[in-house]
Amino acid sequence: MSAIAGGPAETYLSHESTIASWLLTRDHKRIALLFFASITAFFFVGGAAATLIRLNLVEPSGQLLGADLYNRMFTMHGIVMVWFFLIPSIPTTLGNFLIPLMIGARDLAFPRLNLASWYVFNISGMIALYFIIAGGVDTGWTFYTPYSTLFSNSHVIAAAFAVFVNGFSSFMTALNFVVTIHRLRAPGMTWFRLPLFVWAHYATSLIFILGTPVIAITLLLAGLERMFHMGFFNPAYGGDPILFQHLFWFYSHPAVYIMILPAMGVISEIIPTFARKPIFGYDFIAASSIGIAVIGFIVWAHHMFLTGQSTYSALAFSFLTFLVAVPSAVKVFNWTATLYKGSISFDTPMLYALGFIGLFTIGGLTGLFLACLGLDIHLHDTYFVVAHFHYIMVGGAIMGYLGGIHFWWPKITGRLYPEYLARIAAITLFVGFNLTFFPQFILGFLGMPRRYHNYPPEYQVLNVMSTAGASILALGYLLPMIYLSWSMRYGKVAGKNPWPATGLEWTTDSPPLTENFHETPVVDWEPYDFLHRPELGLLGATSKKPVPAHGDD
Amino acid sequence: MHRTGELYGQFQTLEQQKESATLGMWVFLITEILFFGGLFMAYTVNRHAFPTAFGVSGNMLDLNLGFFNTIVLIASSFTMAMSVWSAQTSRKKAVPAWLIATLILGSAFLGIKVVEYKQKFDHHLIPGYHFDITYCSNNPGACGLSGKELDDEKKEIKEGIEAEANEAKKRGAPNPEEVGLTALNAHAQLYFSLYFGMTGLHALHMIIGAGLLLWLIFEGLKGRFDANYNTPVENIGLYWHFVDIVWIFLFPLLYLINRHLA
Repeated sequence: MSAIAGGPAETYLSHESTIASWLLTRDHKRIALLFFASITAFFFVGGAAATLIRLNLVEPSGQLLGADLYNRMFTMHGIVMVWFFLIPSIPTTLGNFLIPLMIGARDLAFPRLNLASWYVFNISGMIALYFIIAGGVDTGWTFYTPYSTLFSNSHVIAAAFAVFVNGFSSFMTALNFVVTIHRLRAPGMTWFRLPLFVWAHYATSLIFILGTPVIAITLLLAGLERMFHMGFFNPAYGGDPILFQHLFWFYSHPAVYIMILPAMGVISEIIPTFARKPIFGYDFIAASSIGIAVIGFIVWAHHMFLTGQSTYSALAFSFLTFLVAVPSAVKVFNWTATLYKGSISFDTPMLYALGFIGLFTIGGLTGLFLACLGLDIHLHDTYFVVAHFHYIMVGGAIMGYLGGIHFWWPKITGRLYPEYLARIAAITLFVGFNLTFFPQFILGFLGMPRRYHNYPPEYQVLNVMSTAGASILALGYLLPMIYLSWSMRYGKVAGKNPWPATGLEWTTDSPPLTENFHETPVVDWEPYDFLHRPELGLLGATSKKPVPAHGDD
Repeated sequence: MHRTGELYGQFQTLEQQKESATLGMWVFLITEILFFGGLFMAYTVNRHAFPTAFGVSGNMLDLNLGFFNTIVLIASSFTMAMSVWSAQTSRKKAVPAWLIATLILGSAFLGIKVVEYKQKFDHHLIPGYHFDITYCSNNPGACGLSGKELDDEKKEIKEGIEAEANEAKKRGAPNPEEVGLTALNAHAQLYFSLYFGMTGLHALHMIIGAGLLLWLIFEGLKGRFDANYNTPVENIGLYWHFVDIVWIFLFPLLYLINRHLA
């Protein structure tokens, strides 16, 4: 790619343009783009599965796919979306790109490990594509035993192996982030001057490091049991299927925090910028990220309330689940307080961030309903649960991801996206999302079970609404893909800091040099300090209050 | 490959580079703790559930070989530490010498593991392959049992079957006497599944460690490591010590609990 006319002379994009220079790059920014390509490809795979699921559910008999194919479809949707899209999404793209820039470093601590992480991700992706093409798995993404180990007639071992290898990619990235954040901060960049995006990724990396090995060993044991008839989860040998569930959820619950924490980090960057105010309660937001990571490890059995565990155990996990909502609520309150008396502008990243706050709150609150033992007896394994986690993972995490992509698009590409079209797309996505998933809360409450290809006819209206919403949601995803691609060639040239925002990444070129900074920065300002940074041109000519963000104008 | 003392672009100083590498290795070892931890959890839960069967099965392991392996591995950690010290004090020639000693001891460990695994195969103690916990007491010649040892073994099996039958009766099984031997065999298979899982995973980590040692020896023979630059020796040393510590936990859990000495 040639340098942008009117932009900086030499950038990480124009540096070298051979295929080898991309596939063997050690530049964290290029690796971020490589990951972006990989996970987008898998988003299409997972999205195709979702499309077929919703089409099947348009009418009650579910004969479009039939029972067996439907099982394979929702399993594929879950496995691909969780491990090959959501978990890597923000950390490997925005995290990889931004963390060195935000802390004033030239690259991550271990650039070759970073590249290796991408290759390992793709290897795991090839294994996943193999099991999908070979016919899929019908156990659900949760691989519950003894069905997965003894009875399922599908490619369980290949799927488990794909996830196992994927885990290596995950913790390689996380290890890189932890060492980088500890050791490579620029002079003056103390822990409490770090952007909250970095705090969020630090907490996420801790979860990756502690949790991923557990899913690895769990799937290894399940695979060994299936291959060699060992007896860990088989009652005939004295094994216990519930042991699998404990081991599985010990990772998989923290995994959902892996999926949401980075998005929260993105929101913490967007809100102050488009409210023109320092973030309210920086210390509390930073601490709450760590708090979510820690408490998130001790709530796993709330997925197992209906397994016959002891009442006392259930009580303890229910209480702890309520507790884990507290740090999340702390963040929501602090974001709201940041908005109060701010100069708010509704640029696209802000639309996504505001959408996040609303939808994440709904998703989080419905999680509390599920944490109530009595309610969970009625709601477990119904569409209420499905709606709950999609509100958080799509309404929350994916909107955070899209908001972040739009917010940092000028930095990554040196171009501005078309603002008017982007706002329309954001609203389309918001409407489509709610139409898809809100009816599912009602369906779940009325008793429609999840993972069934068919349903009683009285549920049809709500299912049709949900499928209609899904088509609008799909449009909401397609529009950014189109105009973002368009903007890479025809978008307006962005300056260093088009919004403008605080943060070290906005002090360097758009797109940045391969080495990130012309000189190592020395930091002597507090984060989100809109009022005391005259060099950013944030203060209006006459008023002392910061002007609203202008972005594309 | 890495040249001695070369500063990589993302670091400001050599010290920062070395500290980052070491922190990276420690973080990796934390993931390894969690990885083995899942197996240790499965073992703990099942030992608590089936103490009799686990006791009988544990006694089938060769204590002499296990103890010897433990000494061998501790010694290898010592030689590894000596290698790190040699590098830190610029005793360039001693570095590969101590590493070779470590590799020899590690290989001895693996060799003995092969012997033990073969023994299990001969004694019909591989889960899923004609597993039979009573094979040795019924075929003493094949297992080299005789005299008092054989009597003890038979007594132990008999007591095990009775204990399992009692458990079955408590659970309300309709025919506890018939169930005793089947249950003992089933739970013993669970033990050996965990035994092979845990020691197998440990052996895999040792094989990887041996590969790392080979690389380190080649670099050490070229005189690459001294007081200025010894990061790979230190970090691979950390890895080796970790693998040793895992065995220090495995040995008592598998070999020593409920062990009946002759």
